[in-house]
Amino acid sequence: MTDAPAPVSASGDAGTTSRRHPLRGAVAYIGLTPFAAYVLLFLAIPTTLAVGTGFFTDEGELTLANIEGLLAPNVLQAFWSSIWVSAVTAVAGAIIGALVCYAMLGMRPDGAVRSFVDAASGVLAQFGGVMLAFAFIATIGSQGLVRVWMQQALGIDIYADGNWLYQVPGLLPVYLYFQVPLMIITFMPALHGLKTQWAEASATLGGTRLTYWTRIAIPVLAPSFLGSLLLLFANAFSSYATAAALISQGAQIVPLQIRSALVSETVLGRENMAGALALGMIVIMVIVMWGYSVLQSRTSRWQR
Amino acid sequence: MTTRSAVRIGAEPGRLPRTLILVIVGLIMAVPIIGMIEFTFRAGLSGGYTLDHWTGLVDEDAARTYRGLFQAIGNSLVLAVVTVAIVVVILLPTMILVHLRFPRLQRLLEFVCIIPITVPAIVLVVGLAPVYSVVVKVFGSAPWTLAFAYGITVLPYAYRAIQANLEAVDMRTLFEAGRTLSASWPRILWHVLLPNLRRGVLAASFISVAVVLGEFTIASFLNRSNLQTALLQVSKSDPWVATIFALLALLFAFILLISIGRLGRERKSSS
Repeated sequence: MTDAPAPVSASGDAGTTSRRHPLRGAVAYIGLTPFAAYVLLFLAIPTTLAVGTGFFTDEGELTLANIEGLLAPNVLQAFWSSIWVSAVTAVAGAIIGALVCYAMLGMRPDGAVRSFVDAASGVLAQFGGVMLAFAFIATIGSQGLVRVWMQQALGIDIYADGNWLYQVPGLLPVYLYFQVPLMIITFMPALHGLKTQWAEASATLGGTRLTYWTRIAIPVLAPSFLGSLLLLFANAFSSYATAAALISQGAQIVPLQIRSALVSETVLGRENMAGALALGMIVIMVIVMWGYSVLQSRTSRWQR
Repeated sequence: MTTRSAVRIGAEPGRLPRTLILVIVGLIMAVPIIGMIEFTFRAGLSGGYTLDHWTGLVDEDAARTYRGLFQAIGNSLVLAVVTVAIVVVILLPTMILVHLRFPRLQRLLEFVCIIPITVPAIVLVVGLAPVYSVVVKVFGSAPWTLAFAYGITVLPYAYRAIQANLEAVDMRTLFEAGRTLSASWPRILWHVLLPNLRRGVLAASFISVAVVLGEFTIASFLNRSNLQTALLQVSKSDPWVATIFALLALLFAFILLISIGRLGRERKSSS
């Protein structure tokens, strides 16, 4: 079908310039417009609207009241909870994930173990959401497999001080469950960037395993480890689905604050508060992702 | 041989620490999944086992009982297809065009495609509501319209998959070669460039499907029904069935991602 017209158009082209530069000039720029328009409509405008509404009242007048609302004790508390849950799970996830990456170092990248770990990590890191909440309710919920087993076999009641799974501390194990896989996905390429020659050079010069790691591998990997750590932080900080499925009432973390601001039926004009909260989230995300890109550019120097 | 010498030099872990780390972390990661599987066989919330929750799915009444859920799965599948279409029709040509014609815009394109990581879905949704009130006026409120938002959500993943492929193949030389043979550019695009990008496009499509099937936030706030919002809904009345479908969805995504891995390996062995 496509065979027929091609020779015609090639020989039929009047000007030689247009044949030599088939993607030249205005026509080529027109080719960029669908994507530009799409991104403008569904990314730029929504983001601007989300952040912008924070500066307006219900009646459309400019105000700073919503931004000042960010300083309310319960909002500050939510930001603090969000930050510490993200930080704790990012640090723990980064360390555990890096250990797994280290363990997989030297395994054949096309081997069965690597394929399994890669695919499973992808599923848990990018796909979990609501379903991870189910998994943890089935495991350490009040009738969960592990909770009941610990109670009966070990006599340990993990909820002796009350059920914390549906509170902020409950987010820790669940978030960790998608942080570790995300670390594996993002950090593994960096470990692969370690060249065998460096280890050989170190050994030739009489270096031990310890000196190789402390003097060569760890300094080389440090920026990429910290970069991955920031990505994990951003990932937990922006995650909503798992928390929403687990915590049905209350607004203990910022995404849940946005939920209650958006769906609140009792307090009018709260939608603009959602805008202010969105602004607060974006500010933190931009700082974190800026740090990530700085560290990332340092990393790529070694991967050339 | 190389592996053994690398172990001796100290770059790679020995057999024992490697096995220990992988087994311990693997077992801990497996526990919640085992917990889910065990839960689907429980007769009640506690005690007693039964197959009823699984057999109930193939019951005559199942189609009626779980109509909402099946409807939502249908919505999610339609959304996955439309999102992939957006990736192939809007993102892919732009990436090829920038790669061949506007290399200077490369960094800008990458920056734009990575932005959705910085703008969380929960933030985007605050501004999407007004945008969607316009979308509904233009396109109606059919479930597929949500794919406009999902195309943005999958942008970073799809971009990375296609970009890896673009960089691995020397597009510019192929393009020049095609032009030297006086082929028109649609012909080059269709017969030379796209076949070489097949793997990247497939990988981008699979990861997009996985992300769309897992999406909850945007659908939930725009009051749309998709797999995840329906699962949460069903879990309130029938947690067993919700868990069964969650397991099946996780398995399906796992198979998709295993296939992406296969695609990547084929590329390496063939080149």
